[in-house]
Amino acid sequence: MSDIFRGVWVVAYRELLRFIQERSRLFSSFAMPLIFLVIFGAGFGETIGAMVPGVNYLQFMYPGIIAMTVVMGAIMSGISVVWDREFGFLKEILVSPLGRSGIMLGKSVGAATISVIQVTVMLILAPILNISLSILMILQLLLVVFIISVSISGLGLLVAARMKSQQGFQLVTQIIIMPLIFLAGVFFPVNNVPLWMEFISKINPLTYGVDAIRQIFLGSEAAAALSVSIFGHTMSVLEDVLVVVVFGGILMLIAIWSFSRQE
Amino acid sequence: MNIIEVSKLSKKFGDLLAVDDVSFGVEEGEVFGFLGPNGAGKTTTINMLCTLLLPTGGKATVNGFDVVKQRAKVRESIGLVFQDSTLDEYLTAEQNLKFHAYAYKIAKTEREQRMNELLELVELSERRKSKVSTFSGGMKRRLELARGLLHSPKVLFLDEPTQGLDPQNRRHIWDHIHNLRRKNNLTIFLTTHYMDEAENCDRITIIDHGRIIAMDTPDKLKDSVGGDQVRLKAEDNIKAAEELRTKYGISAAIDNDEVTFNIAQGNSFYQN
Repeated sequence: MSDIFRGVWVVAYRELLRFIQERSRLFSSFAMPLIFLVIFGAGFGETIGAMVPGVNYLQFMYPGIIAMTVVMGAIMSGISVVWDREFGFLKEILVSPLGRSGIMLGKSVGAATISVIQVTVMLILAPILNISLSILMILQLLLVVFIISVSISGLGLLVAARMKSQQGFQLVTQIIIMPLIFLAGVFFPVNNVPLWMEFISKINPLTYGVDAIRQIFLGSEAAAALSVSIFGHTMSVLEDVLVVVVFGGILMLIAIWSFSRQE
Repeated sequence: MNIIEVSKLSKKFGDLLAVDDVSFGVEEGEVFGFLGPNGAGKTTTINMLCTLLLPTGGKATVNGFDVVKQRAKVRESIGLVFQDSTLDEYLTAEQNLKFHAYAYKIAKTEREQRMNELLELVELSERRKSKVSTFSGGMKRRLELARGLLHSPKVLFLDEPTQGLDPQNRRHIWDHIHNLRRKNNLTIFLTTHYMDEAENCDRITIIDHGRIIAMDTPDKLKDSVGGDQVRLKAEDNIKAAEELRTKYGISAAIDNDEVTFNIAQGNSFYQN
């Protein structure tokens, strides 16, 4: 058991070290969401106007973009495994006494910690967009971000468990993960879209991650109109997080199993 | 008891029998060489011994631990330098070593001391704060040697340790290996396909098509397989080869502008 914990922190520590040292990654992780926010916000803001009374499009999209950053970061944990495999470092980890599950969870915790840092920095934008923050809200947000990130990294790690090349991973990201992100309610609420789209959105676990983060930002009044409702029941933050954790947990177990059995 | 004990070890990839019923033992403190062409099963054998591959048959123990049932114990007992770099090039030399120390649970005081010692030994002390991506091939290999020894393993596995290095760097690496061995009473298990490198070993095993075809000291092996190869350039290669055949009964081949032939004792023949 102690070997697993050591694995988690050693591997997560390296992820953080690399995140801090790679300037380009540090920069792009902040620039990308900002570009999305500015372009989509300016492009759609005027046309769409208020989403519900008191919530304009930018205020709606901002939590969505934060959620997108978290999801992308979680998927990056998988890229990191494939990267290590391609450049050989994975072997160094695999022949060490660290257990296989510790390695996978370490990648996941590393990505989640990076997400928490990114989200904290992105909070600077909240006052500009007229979104009020409280200490309690920030704490709740960062906790939920961490939990969601650890869970969703299960998806990235499962894809990566046996993937040999980064190109392969990128392909899967483009044809599966990007559509899932777009259908998760980042740019529009999933309640008033065509039925087929609503169906896909509501079985898409990422939707619930986005919803949880948005509800924390916008409060429960706005939530009633914008949040995900299943058969008339509006999901609460806790229920949202639970859906993501169960889904992510199952994928993570399969990922660890698959990773441990490989040769 | 032998530090490495291998009995009837096999590995199948689908229909391909990569390692076929291999048995041998390595004594503590020995430099044991695995020699053979590419694809002979050297790396597959090493990977099974260091727990990266599961054998499909047979049994192997390293430092008394079973490579299938006691993987964690085996991993703590061994150090590795692979054919291809396994360093994190985005981190510094020191950060790479530290990661290794954390992974192998080396206490802090011991860690600093061993790091200084080993970096000194492989002559990288001055570059410890540099990113590995700025290192030359030889420097990277030396850093990997130092890292492989950081946790004081009982057995050091070297898979083609000098692959892709120039002759000067190769000699350098070998000096380090001999140094390390003297200091640590280390058992070294290495693979190579360079004949001249194999001479550094106490014992050599020759493997081909997954099977052991010879195992002995370098000198005895050389004597038994026709001793030395002699290469010479003559004004008229064809005539020289003809003369060798008629005078000494040696069948010589001509390639690359050279006459080559095998003989038991190259030195004494030369003096004639």
